[in-house]
Parts: sequence; C-alpha cells; structure tokens
Amino acid sequence: MKVEVLLFASYREKAGVGRLTLELRDGATVGDLAEAARARFPGLPEASRIVVAVNNEYQEHDFALSEGDEAALIPPVSGG
Amino acid sequence: MILITHDELDVGQVVSEVGHPGAGATVTFVGTTRDNTAGRRVLFLEYEAYRPMADEQLARVAEEMRERWDLTGVAIHHRLGKLEIGEASLVVAVSSAHRKEAFEACHYSIDRIKQIVPIWKKEFFEGGEVWVGSQSDFDPIHTKQAVV
Repeated sequence: MKVEVLLFASYREKAGVGRLTLELRDGATVGDLAEAARARFPGLPEASRIVVAVNNEYQEHDFALSEGDEAALIPPVSGG
Repeated sequence: MILITHDELDVGQVVSEVGHPGAGATVTFVGTTRDNTAGRRVLFLEYEAYRPMADEQLARVAEEMRERWDLTGVAIHHRLGKLEIGEASLVVAVSSAHRKEAFEACHYSIDRIKQIVPIWKKEFFEGGEVWVGSQSDFDPIHTKQAVV
C-alpha cells in the first residue's frame, strides 16, 4: 500500500525532502513506517524515537496504517 | 479564538477576544523572540507549523484549559514565518471570574503548547542556524498534561 509521508523542520532538512510516497506492505504499522523512513534517510533519529502523526493525530508505533494515509514525521516541537 | 498566522500579533486584539461581563481577571502571556541562546547572539528566528494539525492541537490545549478551570474566555494566537528579535511569537489571553483560575490556566497553556503543538522554531546565528527542540524530552502521546 502507499502512504503519503510528510517531514518537517529538522527532519525535512536531514532528509532533503518534505514529502514523499512510501510503499509499505499491507498492514504495516507506524513503527514499520518509521523504520522505512530511517532506512531511506539515515540522518533521521533511530526509528523507535520518531514521533508520527497519522491524518493529523499522534499515534503509537503499533498503530496500523491504511492505504492513502497521510503520515507526518514530527520532530521535537518548539513553539511558543 | 485560536489563530495561527504569518501576520504580526496584536496583543490588544487577543485580550479583547476574552472580554466577558462575568470576568474579574484577564491574564495575558506574550512570548517574544530573544536575542541570545546559551550565550550566542541570535539574529532572527523562523517558525513553521504542520497545518491543520497545529491548529487542532492548539484548539485541544484551549479545550483542556476549559475542562480544568472555570474560565470565561480563552484566546491563543501563534505567529509563523520570519521574526525579528523582540517580536511577539505567541499571545495567550485567559479570563475568569477570579484571578487564580486565569493565572493557572495561562501557565498551563504555555507548557502544553510546548509539549504537543507541531510548531518548530529555528534560531539563526552569525555563521549558523539550529532547530530548537529536545529529542529526549519529546513524547507528546505519553507526556502527562502539565501540572501547574
């Protein structure tokens, strides 16, 4: 299945890209996505530490993704 | 109201949004861009957000404030884009019948924004730039709501 992946701030700069489509096996989880992203972009932190939001909600690494989901890799926030 | 904008923030506007005939106190927090970090001179800053998630998370912070305290008004405005030193990046206004609730809720809002709202700040120095934020502290799902 295909998942739209967004990267922001430091992650975008480390990856050199802000958006891409990743092909994952059906039933893949957020953790699988983090592993795939880290494999593609070694500058990212280790997969277990990458926080992911799916369709605008933070999700645990065991959360199952679906075709067409938008998954954002969220670096440590620093608003305010 | 909850607002994320590239325009200059207007503190008076934010305060006016929490006006209420039942309010006896209005507390305002203004976050401004500082000219130094750890002894290094900061020239300017840039903020970016993941939208609409940032808008939704800011609204969630306001909802949590209203769940915890008896408030008559909450308004949060956050700036994005390039900010010069001394400009307001965040304005929170909270009103309540009595001062204690407004003080506590306002304090809570800043801590919570720094836990869960996907907004990022980059500091620009002479000869360098750095995204602010600590990987080791960042856990928006499991971090308990800030205790005031």
